[in-house]
Amino acid sequence: MCKVRELLRRLTAVVAALALVGAALPAAAAPSGAPIRIGSTLALTGPLAPTALIHKIAGEIYVEQLNRGNGLLGRPVEWVLYDDQSKPDVTRSLYEKLITVDKVDLIMGPYATSGILAAMGVAQRYQKMIIHHSFGMPHLATYEMHFPVAPFGPEPQKTVPGMVFDGLATTKTPPKTVAIVTSKFPSAQYQSNGAREVAEKRGLKVLLYLEYEFGTRDWGSIAARVKDANADFLWVGALGLDGNQLLEALKKLDYSPPRHFHLFPAPGPMITAPEAKLALSNTFFEEHPPFTNDVSSARLVALFKERATKAGLPYTAVDTQAAGSFSAWQVLEAAIAATKSLDDKALAAWLRKNKVDTMEGKLHFDGVNNYGEDLSKLRQVQDGKWLVVWPKEFAAPGARILP
Amino acid sequence: MPSFTLLGQSVVSGLLAGGLYGLLALGLSLSWGLLRLVNLGHFALAFLGAYLTYQLGTAFHLPAWAAALIIVPVFFVIGVGLHAVFAYFRVTEFTSLLVTFGITVIIESLIQWFWTADFRRFETPYASTSSRIGPLFIPTLELLAGLTATALALGTWAWLRLTYVGKALRASAEDPEIAAAFGVNHRAQAFLLSGVSAAYAGVAGVFIALISTLAPSQIWSWLGVVFAVVIIGGLANPVGALLAGLLIGVSESVTMAVVTPAWAPLVSFSVLILILVARPGRA
Repeated sequence: MCKVRELLRRLTAVVAALALVGAALPAAAAPSGAPIRIGSTLALTGPLAPTALIHKIAGEIYVEQLNRGNGLLGRPVEWVLYDDQSKPDVTRSLYEKLITVDKVDLIMGPYATSGILAAMGVAQRYQKMIIHHSFGMPHLATYEMHFPVAPFGPEPQKTVPGMVFDGLATTKTPPKTVAIVTSKFPSAQYQSNGAREVAEKRGLKVLLYLEYEFGTRDWGSIAARVKDANADFLWVGALGLDGNQLLEALKKLDYSPPRHFHLFPAPGPMITAPEAKLALSNTFFEEHPPFTNDVSSARLVALFKERATKAGLPYTAVDTQAAGSFSAWQVLEAAIAATKSLDDKALAAWLRKNKVDTMEGKLHFDGVNNYGEDLSKLRQVQDGKWLVVWPKEFAAPGARILP
Repeated sequence: MPSFTLLGQSVVSGLLAGGLYGLLALGLSLSWGLLRLVNLGHFALAFLGAYLTYQLGTAFHLPAWAAALIIVPVFFVIGVGLHAVFAYFRVTEFTSLLVTFGITVIIESLIQWFWTADFRRFETPYASTSSRIGPLFIPTLELLAGLTATALALGTWAWLRLTYVGKALRASAEDPEIAAAFGVNHRAQAFLLSGVSAAYAGVAGVFIALISTLAPSQIWSWLGVVFAVVIIGGLANPVGALLAGLLIGVSESVTMAVVTPAWAPLVSFSVLILILVARPGRA
C-alpha cells in the first residue's frame, strides 16, 4: 500500500514538473526559414490616411502575433507595405511592383473601395488571390479570386438602408420624412442612392437628396438646405469628418436634426462632439458583448488600444475598421493553415467552400461575387460610447435606439 | 424654387467663405505680383499655422488670439528666411513653382510626422456660436475671419499705395532697374514683403484651425480655388483678392443652394474662364 502511495506521489511530482516545464516553454516552436512575404498598400498619406492608419496598426499587431507563435506554415511572416497616397493609380502601380519586382508570396487588399478596385485589376491580371477589408460596391467585384471581409453582402445599397429603417421602425416615432446628403465618394454615393430607393419603397417621403464633392470645405449652404427640408431623419453618406462638419454647420443655424445616420464616420470625433449626440451609424464590431465574448477578440482589442495610444491616435477603440483588418488576416491565416499551401488558386478554392470565424462573425464567400450575407448592425452614440442598438441579438446589454 | 431664407443664408455663407479665400489669397497675390514668386508653400505655411494654433490651444490651453501673437511674428521670420533661400539660389518665377511645391511636400510630411494623418479638431466654446439677423444666422468665427480679411486687404492696399515702401515695391515689380536707379533697395524690401506674406499665411492658419477640421492632405484642397481667386483679383491687388474671394464664395454657395453642392467646385474655374475671356489681359 505504501509502495503504491509512494509511486503515486512520485508520478504526481513528475506530472507537476512536466506541467511546469510545459508552461515555461512557448506554446509553439518559433517560426524558421525564409519568410512568407505578404504585400499590400495602405493610404498612409492623403485624404484616406486617418482611417488607413488604423489598418496599419491592426495589420502590424496581427503579423507580430503570428510571428510570436508559429508564423504561417512554420515560417515567419513579413508584411511588405507601401503608401499608395490615397490614389488608385498609385495603388495600381504599387501592386504591380509587389507582384513583379518584390515577388511577394501573397497579397492583401489596400484601404477603401477605389484603391481596392485598382488593386483587384492587377490581382486578376496576375491571377493572385486578394483578400480585402473595406470594399463598399460588391457589384463591381467580379474577379473570382477576391474575398471581401467587409461583410456588406452582395447588395448593401438595399440591405444597409433596410437594416437602418428596420431599426428605426421599432421606435415609438418612426420617421416619415427623410433628407439624404451624400459624398460623391463611390461607395458612399452608391449606398446613399440605395437609401433613397429603399426609403421611397417603404413609403417614406424623401424631401431632399444632395450630393457633394469629396473634400467639400463650405458646409453652410448644405446645412441651410438640410434645415430648410426639416426632415424627421437625416441620412449622411459621409466619410471621415464630413458628418461632424455638417452637424456643426447645422448648429450654427440653430438647427439639430431629430435623428441622423452617418455611413462611414471617423468614429472618435463623432462620440466627442456635443452636436453628434445620439448619432447613428453602421458597424460590424463594437467593443462590448457579444462581440468581445470571444477571448482572442478581447485580446486583439487590448493590444490595439495599447498600440493606438502609443501611436497617438485620438480614438483607440476597435470598431468596424480595425476589426475588418484583423478579420482579413484571420481569413488568410485560416486558409493557409487549412490548405498548408501558399498557392493562390488552392487558397481561393478553400475559401469559396468554407466558413471562417473572424472578429466580425462567421464569414463565407459562396454568394454572388463571393459575398456572404450583410452583417451590418446599427450603432448609436450613447453616453460617450458607440453601442450596437440593432438588431436586438447584437445590442449592447440594455441598449436600445434612443430617443 | 428655394425660399428667400435659404437664398439669403447661402449668400451669407458664401460671403463668409469668400472672406477666408481672400485671406489665404492675400499673401500669395503679393508674393506672385511683387516678387514674381509663385509660392505654393503659402498653403503649407497656412496649415502649419493652423496646426500650431491647435497645438498651442490643446496642449498649453492658449486662446487663439494669444497663439496668433506668437505665430504671426514667427512666420514673418520664416518668410524672411525662405526669401533668403530663394534669393541665394536665384529662384525665378517658373522655378519657384517647383521649389515651393517641394517645400509644401516637406511641410506636409513634417505635419504628418508630428500630428499623424488623423483628423484634428480645435474645439472652442465659440466654434458653433452665431448671431441672428432676422431669419439669417451669421457664424461668429467666419464673420471674424471675413472682417480680418477685409482689414488686412484694406491695410495692405493703403500700405502699397500710400507709403514709400509700398510704392518702391510696386516700382521694383514694374521695372527693377529703373527703380534701383532711383535708389530703391529692392533686396531689402523683398525680404520685408516675403515676411509679411508668410505672416498673412499665419493669420489665415489661425482661422483655418478655428473653422475647419485639420488633416495634412487638406493643404492641397484649397489650392485650386485660391489660385482662381488670386488671378481673378489681379496680382498684387489686395482688395481685388478679397473681392474675388467674395465673388467665388457667393457663386459657389448659391450654386449649392439652388442647384447641387456637387457643382460648386466647377464654379470657381468657370468664373475664372469667363473673366479671362471677357478681359484677356487680366492676369
